[in-house]
Amino acid sequence: MIDNIGMFFIGVGLAFDVLGCLGLVRLPDVYNRLQSATKCVTLGTCSILFGVFLASGGFTETGVKALITIVFLVLTSPVSAHAISRGAHRSGIRLWEKSVVDSYAEDNEGEA
Amino acid sequence: MNNTLAFVSVGLMAGGIFLAFLRLLVGKTGPDRAVALDTITLISTNLLVFIALFEERSMLMDVAIVYSVLSFLGVLALARYLDGGLR
Repeated sequence: MIDNIGMFFIGVGLAFDVLGCLGLVRLPDVYNRLQSATKCVTLGTCSILFGVFLASGGFTETGVKALITIVFLVLTSPVSAHAISRGAHRSGIRLWEKSVVDSYAEDNEGEA
Repeated sequence: MNNTLAFVSVGLMAGGIFLAFLRLLVGKTGPDRAVALDTITLISTNLLVFIALFEERSMLMDVAIVYSVLSFLGVLALARYLDGGLR
């Protein structure tokens, strides 16, 4: 039973991973691509790791390490995504022409 | 722990890595390639965890943790470079 629940989580994570990669190819802009690549793939990876925690039988050696990896990924993945988008914006890469709002540029108008 | 299930899952992950690798090749700008590299390392972490589960080698989980740490540091260095050089 607990094995099947773990397999369900692994399946959901796989779907999120593949759809996130599809968005990475399909979307028009660096900032749009960051949405799919960061959010979808991070959630998919965490879901797969939680499924591995359940399917390996709870608090075994593999399961505990999977939980540690989940905590680490949830802490670091938004940081790296923010760093990439900030670097892209400051190195002068334009938004897609149909994008509506650019709050970061509006905030920095007076300084730079 | 069905053999077919593991086969299909690894195939799906390989498809995801292929799509991200397409973006890494086509690129156009530097940040595109950085995002694609980040995605590829995350999915490779998944692959390592999967092998650790199905082959029952918990040593590979350590490899996955260290791999995600190194990819985090690498992406931060790339972002610092995009931000206007390493100062």
